[in-house]
Amino acid sequence: MKKSALFGSVTALALAATGAMAAEGDTLNEVKARGVMNCGVNTGLVGFAAPDANGNWTGFDVALCKAVAAAVLGDATKVKYVPTTGQTRFTALSSGEIDMLARNSTWTFQRDTDLKLDFVGVNYYDGQGFMVRKDLGVSSAKELEGATICIQTGTTTELNLADYFKANGMSYQPVNIDSNAEGEQQYMAAACDAYTTDASGLAATRAAFADPENHIILPEIISKEPLGPAVRHGDNNWGDIVRWTLNALVAAEEYGVTSANIDELAKSSQNPEVQRLLGTTDELGKMLGLDAEWAKRAIKVSGNYGEIFAATIGEQTPIGLARGLNAQWTQGGLLYAPPFR
Amino acid sequence: MSDTHAQTVAFVRDTMLPPEPPPVSESGAVKWLRENLFSGPLNIALTLLGLFILWLLFSTLWPWLSHSVWNANSMAECREIIAAAHGPDASGGCFAVIKHRWNQFVFGFYPVDLYWRPVLAFGALFLALAPVLFADSPLARRIVTGTAAVLTFAIAAVLGAGGLELAAIAVLLLAWILLIEMRGDLALVATLLYPFLAVWLLWGGTLWEPLMALAGFVIGFVIWRALSAYGMFAFAAAVLAAVLWWLLLSDLVARGIAAILPMRLVPVSSDQFGGFVLSITIGVAGIALSLPLGIVLALARRSDLPIIKTMAVLFIEFIRGVPLITLLFVASLLLNYFMPPGTNFDIILRVIIMVTLFASAYMAEVIRGGLAALPKGQYEAADALGLDYWKAQRLVILPQALKISIPGIVSTFIGMFKDTTLVVFVGLFDPLKAMSDTIRASFEWKGAYWEPYIFVGAIFFILCFGMSRYSMYLERRLKRDHR
Repeated sequence: MKKSALFGSVTALALAATGAMAAEGDTLNEVKARGVMNCGVNTGLVGFAAPDANGNWTGFDVALCKAVAAAVLGDATKVKYVPTTGQTRFTALSSGEIDMLARNSTWTFQRDTDLKLDFVGVNYYDGQGFMVRKDLGVSSAKELEGATICIQTGTTTELNLADYFKANGMSYQPVNIDSNAEGEQQYMAAACDAYTTDASGLAATRAAFADPENHIILPEIISKEPLGPAVRHGDNNWGDIVRWTLNALVAAEEYGVTSANIDELAKSSQNPEVQRLLGTTDELGKMLGLDAEWAKRAIKVSGNYGEIFAATIGEQTPIGLARGLNAQWTQGGLLYAPPFR
Repeated sequence: MSDTHAQTVAFVRDTMLPPEPPPVSESGAVKWLRENLFSGPLNIALTLLGLFILWLLFSTLWPWLSHSVWNANSMAECREIIAAAHGPDASGGCFAVIKHRWNQFVFGFYPVDLYWRPVLAFGALFLALAPVLFADSPLARRIVTGTAAVLTFAIAAVLGAGGLELAAIAVLLLAWILLIEMRGDLALVATLLYPFLAVWLLWGGTLWEPLMALAGFVIGFVIWRALSAYGMFAFAAAVLAAVLWWLLLSDLVARGIAAILPMRLVPVSSDQFGGFVLSITIGVAGIALSLPLGIVLALARRSDLPIIKTMAVLFIEFIRGVPLITLLFVASLLLNYFMPPGTNFDIILRVIIMVTLFASAYMAEVIRGGLAALPKGQYEAADALGLDYWKAQRLVILPQALKISIPGIVSTFIGMFKDTTLVVFVGLFDPLKAMSDTIRASFEWKGAYWEPYIFVGAIFFILCFGMSRYSMYLERRLKRDHR
């Protein structure tokens, strides 16, 4: 009796698994049927994703989740934020637990190909830097020969660090840490001479210190860290939706479309690119399987890329990041949205 | 009095000397110190070393603790307050983070206006357990139930439960206490029903869903009783009927009745659980389920039937050979590959299942230790009385074996409860790390490192110490030998 039940359930599981494969590739309809988009975010990273005292998630990555939800479901609140760790993030995506991953993940060759993910763009160009105490008397990363360095395990920063020191013929002593908070604590307790992580994270960490003036971030950026949203391989339409939602936010900034003037521009703008973006003319949304006003809704949630940046991590916030590489191409940055036509 | 000696002896003491106090070095604190701390060169050295370490700890921790700030809105503000009060170089704890975010440490992202529900579920837990835990001590039972009821009501009121809800809480608690006092036998039935009440309170939705899940057990039981003449087949048929009911019918029936009489609470989804509500939910469910499962496994491992014995051994050794985190990863990630897309197999339920399986394997070995410690004569005596296997186990063997195993069982409980913090690795918000890191991710509390750990650690200590004290109480209560 028991055995046949066991066999039965195994068969059912196998059938279900094939079903899962057959149904792959229709995330859009799944999300619509569910009425909620599952967005994988960081379990907590200053400025990028964090819940406030009432449990509402805010941040730079969270804004992208909201924009996609607004484009697809018409309601930016219909997002279920699934906090993912460095270990669970990619598995959660490929197993279907989340529909998209917006978790400051670096776009690398191996992740894009071997892990079967599709990085659909870059929403923040980061790079790895070093922070040291001023009294260490170091002004360049090249002078860190023999230093003890706090480094988060299981991240690309760990590999970059090894590459950089090898390339420069230097040695270092790693102090392995598990999370940003732990890294800060080790660094404050002088367990390591230098703390290395993404430059955005260093800036936020330094800004939160009691004595930021006693710490400097070294000028060298030793790696490229293009952080971007990712989706599963094999569902190109869903990938397009996320990619073009991000592009819409970037393009909106380029064309001066803000959350304040968007309604007005949708009616009166003479710029054909803006008209197409906001769905006044042409129905670009249809090609994505959405309606004409998808991009308008996405931009309306928390504004264009520049507005999101300024509100979450920009120079007016305590984190105080400059636009740098993340400025529009017209301003000397790398943001360059392909044309909407 | 005779005066025989009056002429023969020059002096005879006719009163007792008042007792002299013992020498200073042989009494009181000095004696204790000499004997215990300074009895030889080695002990003198160790004592001095110990005092030095204590002083070191105190001198580093005390300033930090005594400079603590409880009223502030950010770390920066804390630092300003400390600098203003104790000089620019002083450091101090910023426990304002606890005051500001305590609700997230306790309730996670549970909706604020529904806080009374987990509070009631937790309070009712004590009412459910009291008749079992304090079976032969009405006084202790009354103290526990009374305190639990009053505290539950007060906390729910403070946390902003509405008038209607408070009335319902009061009625429920009072009725339950009356039931315990008047009808002890029925109180045990209420204890069995508690899990379904707790599920309803915690997750909300319609009451009929947990009730229909309960109906599955009732159906299974009825079928088992009806077919009991057929031995093992009755059991198999009962299991099959219950499973069929759960898979096929219970949902439909629940929805059908709910359409007529909703009995609905606002639903709360699993991703809104966090902090101690999550830990205690997983911990209590795991504890309650792993004990019976562990007993069954322990009996199975000592069974004479080779298949049952082999399966039990394989299960126990596999589970004990695999780290809990592996099982949690399987629960959270691997299972999704096998589910049809869109199935929503609740993550907390998955974790509870894995934690239960994990704890039950350890429990089985602890109980097997108790079974092995029983003298063979007890088994033979039970057989000689003509008891069948189950009756022998229930009436003779298990009561003694479980009593022997109490310290081990409670140890497993405590270990499992603390292990619930590992759910951080599957993206659930345990109070210790996930919740602390998340709170630190808001810029205002970035850098609050020790304060959340101290707070969460203190609560864990209270809960685990409570369990430990209860186990010692139980051991004293159940002491039957004269050793």
